[in-house]
Amino acid sequence: MSGETIRLLHAFSALADLSEQIAETRDFGEMARSALHVILGALGLRRGAVAEYEQEPGALRLVAAWGLGEDVPASFAFDAGRAELLAAAGGDVLQLDAADAPDLSRRTLGYELSVALPALRLRLVAPLVAHGELVGLLALGDKATEEAFTPDEREVVRTMARHVGVGIHNHRLLREVEARAGENRQLYDNLRSIYRDTVRAFAAAIDCKDKYTQGHSERVGKYSEIIARELGWSEEQIEGVAVGGYLHDVGKLVVERDIINAPYRIDAKQSVELNRHPAAGYEILAPIRHPDADIPLMARYHHERIDGRGYPDGLTGEQIPPAAKIVALADSFDAMTTDRTYRRRKEFPEVVADLRRNAGKQFDAGVVLALCRALLKELNGDARPRPITRLLGRDYLEPDSARPLLLELIADLEAAAHATASGV
Amino acid sequence: MVNATAGPPVRSERTGDVAVVHAADYLNRLSGERIERACREHLRAGCRALVVDFSETSVVNSIGVSILMGVIDTAERAQAPLVFAGASGQAAQLFELLGLTRHVSLAPDSRAGVALLAQYAQGVAP
Repeated sequence: MSGETIRLLHAFSALADLSEQIAETRDFGEMARSALHVILGALGLRRGAVAEYEQEPGALRLVAAWGLGEDVPASFAFDAGRAELLAAAGGDVLQLDAADAPDLSRRTLGYELSVALPALRLRLVAPLVAHGELVGLLALGDKATEEAFTPDEREVVRTMARHVGVGIHNHRLLREVEARAGENRQLYDNLRSIYRDTVRAFAAAIDCKDKYTQGHSERVGKYSEIIARELGWSEEQIEGVAVGGYLHDVGKLVVERDIINAPYRIDAKQSVELNRHPAAGYEILAPIRHPDADIPLMARYHHERIDGRGYPDGLTGEQIPPAAKIVALADSFDAMTTDRTYRRRKEFPEVVADLRRNAGKQFDAGVVLALCRALLKELNGDARPRPITRLLGRDYLEPDSARPLLLELIADLEAAAHATASGV
Repeated sequence: MVNATAGPPVRSERTGDVAVVHAADYLNRLSGERIERACREHLRAGCRALVVDFSETSVVNSIGVSILMGVIDTAERAQAPLVFAGASGQAAQLFELLGLTRHVSLAPDSRAGVALLAQYAQGVAP
């Protein structure tokens, strides 16, 4: 193979390498360094640098350098007027050691750069232009052959500089898109945070109406979150069901305070009034555009039962949205484990007995299983922190007696689930 | 940012004042920068001459050439003679065309490279 063919193949291969480095290297500095290496290696040059033009503060900032030693300035002042001049030159390569170079380079590059570049033994300058704007500068040193650059080599430099210019431009666009995405993410997170705080404040307002159930909505929200996490739901779904828990009793705002706070078991008429609250809650929440569209349904259906004996719509089994099944159990679990105006809270063995009796009737058995597993993890020390234990109060759960009850119920529920799945 | 020191270490050995550094199969930026670093470390450790062995190298791309320019710079600054050994015919021709051979000597293999450096040490001009 002739020398000229080898040189040509090497230059073609370098162009392919350059396109690949520019297209596939995500890190801007890495892209600039690789592009510089490709250009130096294509022509057998001993040194070079790539600088990025920054309109503000009007400077060429060094982003890649090779063979220049340690003491290279990090940036050079470069005003917008000169940037326009270079961009208007259309990417022409400037040879600093040409006969007319001192005047030409001083006019286009300015005094500082036209002195600094030759001092660094950089002889050839190619503006990096994209979409008619200067995005940077490529400065190259001597060839290892110590021969002058041929017109063909200057054309190779010009072509490669165009590639690098486009690469810098694209990386800038990418950086802008990423910055905007970051800002949007921040904005979104802030809005979510405001939404969560508003929901919690609203939950506190709901509970204020009932002096005996203060903190109920917040606890239902937390239990719902724990159960959903145990069921392996996504973070978005978990947040949705937690909000559903916080707001499930919002309909109580339309129920008379005397009924809610009655220090005795309410009568049938009062019960009808109280039982309006799920549908009223739905009416309140439905017009709001929640991140989770099922939140109004969680309020409406948190008193539905698997066996169809719930209210307001008497739904059964799969007709009840999964999130509403979780909120229903969380609501009842909190009711069983907190004091009310007319009764003391149940002891834990009674709660387990209630869960056993009502799994598959009042409550979804899978949801009961998830709550039991979450409780057992806390008792076994597998879950840190232990939110259920904290909500129940430190002395409520007695591990030695609670653990076997939970283990037995879990085993029974798993066996029942297995039998159902097998069609037994 | 890719760490130039990442990846498998460059194989090298030292014979007296001469270090032989073995280039990888494909000489790209990462493997090239590791070679350059290995050369610098050998010079810092007191080596007075270097052989870069290309006998296992099938491809030298443009980035590889640029890195080798850096190796030449490093060796020249330390006034250490440098030999490229075992380069394939095409790679050797490329080194010649791009002017690398103005700054380094070529040898058919690393043993011949070490012998060449021994001659230089005895006053035979490169």
